[in-house]
Amino acid sequence: MRIELDQDACVGSGNCVVSAPDVFDQRDDDGIAFLLEENPSAERESAVKEAEAMCPALAIRVHKK
Amino acid sequence: MTGEVSAGDASAKKVVIVGAGPAGIAAADALRAADHTGEILIFGEERHAPYDRPPLSKQILAGTWLPEKAQLRTSEQLAAADVTLHLSVRVASVDVEAHQVTLESGEQVAYDALIIATGVTVRVLPFGHQLEGVHVMRTLDDALALRSHMETSQHLAVIGAGFLGAEVAAVARSLGREVTLIDPLELPMQNVVGDEVGSMIADLHRHHGVNLELGHGVASIEDNLGRATGVTLDDGRTVPADAALVAVGARPAVDWLHSSSVPLTAPKEPGAGGIRCDSSGRAADDVWAIGDVAAWWDPTLERHVRVEHRMTANEHARSCAHDILELAPTAAKSVPYFWSDQYDLKLRSFGLPSRQCSFHVVEGDLADRRFVAAYTDESDRIVGTIGAGMFKAMNWWRQQILDGQTLGEALRLKQSAENSA
Ligand SMILES: Cc1cc2nc3c(=O)[nH]c(=O)nc-3n(C[C@H](O)[C@H](O)[C@H](O)COP(=O)(O)OP(=O)(O)OC[C@H]3O[C@@H](n4cnc5c(N)ncnc54)[C@H](O)[C@@H]3O)c2cc1C
Repeated sequence: MRIELDQDACVGSGNCVVSAPDVFDQRDDDGIAFLLEENPSAERESAVKEAEAMCPALAIRVHKK
Repeated sequence: MTGEVSAGDASAKKVVIVGAGPAGIAAADALRAADHTGEILIFGEERHAPYDRPPLSKQILAGTWLPEKAQLRTSEQLAAADVTLHLSVRVASVDVEAHQVTLESGEQVAYDALIIATGVTVRVLPFGHQLEGVHVMRTLDDALALRSHMETSQHLAVIGAGFLGAEVAAVARSLGREVTLIDPLELPMQNVVGDEVGSMIADLHRHHGVNLELGHGVASIEDNLGRATGVTLDDGRTVPADAALVAVGARPAVDWLHSSSVPLTAPKEPGAGGIRCDSSGRAADDVWAIGDVAAWWDPTLERHVRVEHRMTANEHARSCAHDILELAPTAAKSVPYFWSDQYDLKLRSFGLPSRQCSFHVVEGDLADRRFVAAYTDESDRIVGTIGAGMFKAMNWWRQQILDGQTLGEALRLKQSAENSA
């Protein structure tokens, strides 16, 4: 699984950090999300999919490899 | 077209979604993600492929994004998910008892489950909208029209200093236009953010050269040969303006439901005229409502709540998809969330802050525009937060709202966490 994060679209809701805290984090000053893990292991799939689905800015894309 | 399914076959239900905005699209996604295999039909009255609205008053108006970047789904993506989208089709009515909707063409479409996601429609002034140069902002076409008009205009009057008006004022200043921001309230966004944050935002706009006309209503829009030339305030003064944006709020898009048995909340009561739903979005037999149009029962607040925020569309969509598919409710509790970008200020809010709450800066400093503020009710419970520039702290306070904490208890928790750190 590979994650693509569009920081230009990110609105800093922090929703992904709540869904998958081991995969996403956010900068403190502007809230923009960043990846802790670009290729998370398969057992993180449901958490990462949830982050993708709930992102209010459609900034996350999960690609199956 | 009928779609009766036997009990226990929830994943094969034929689902009709009315409204192809973020909520409608998210509902189709959430159904498929939860292994729904039945037919999904979406009807949307707009002609554009589904797109997102928050960028309209920000990147699209500023010209930093092309409209394609705000697109929610391409037709290929919808086809891959086996979702049928009909654009430029308005649904005219619903017959709840017969389980069918009627399109504007008169065609009838049956459903097993109906999801209403029709959003809101802008409110307008009783005058002025026929003039060239007078705009509203709800759709992509609205945003592109204002953008194109601003290329040749010098002075924009923004009528209504809510989130939308304040954001547009900021973009117009960044494009070098003269801007006047007008509102009958004393401060921008005052009903939601209260006096303290409202003052901070007023200062920010003043600092960027916006002419603030607060505490003033609008009496008329002046014109010369059908083109707007100025906005006359309730004290008789006229502000010059060759472009005007009317941003005076919105009302639920429920006109098409008046002949149906779908229940509505009263406009001036909790739920603000939205579709009256239970706490999982059910409005009537096999009818759900989601997004801006829907007033869901909030069991904690014990009233109906209608929220016009983008995040709510996703949350409603997922929760209603699970209910339609007769799955266990989604576990994660959530709180409303919104953001507003003005100049370099990135304002963020969790919960339901309002002017009626008590206001407490709990982190940072408002004057630095780096802060978290807690809004509490009469029993000291934290009902909302607003902040900027301190995202980690914002998340901690979000959790306190979720936990139903009082401010006193939250501050004690914070203190003991800091002591043990
Ligand atoms: C300019 C702007 C900026 C915003 N910025 C922010 C922001 O920064 N942060 C934030 O949290 N929120 C923001 N919002 C709010 C956010 O966009 C909404 O909460 C969100 O769009 C709600 O989605 P929805 O699908 O419920 O409704 P909508 O987006 O309104 O979509 C409903 C769709 O249904 C269609 N429709 C209505 N009636 C019918 C019918 N009878 N038949 C067929 N189709 C119908 C409508 O034409 C529309 O396309 C902003 C809104 C606007 C307008």
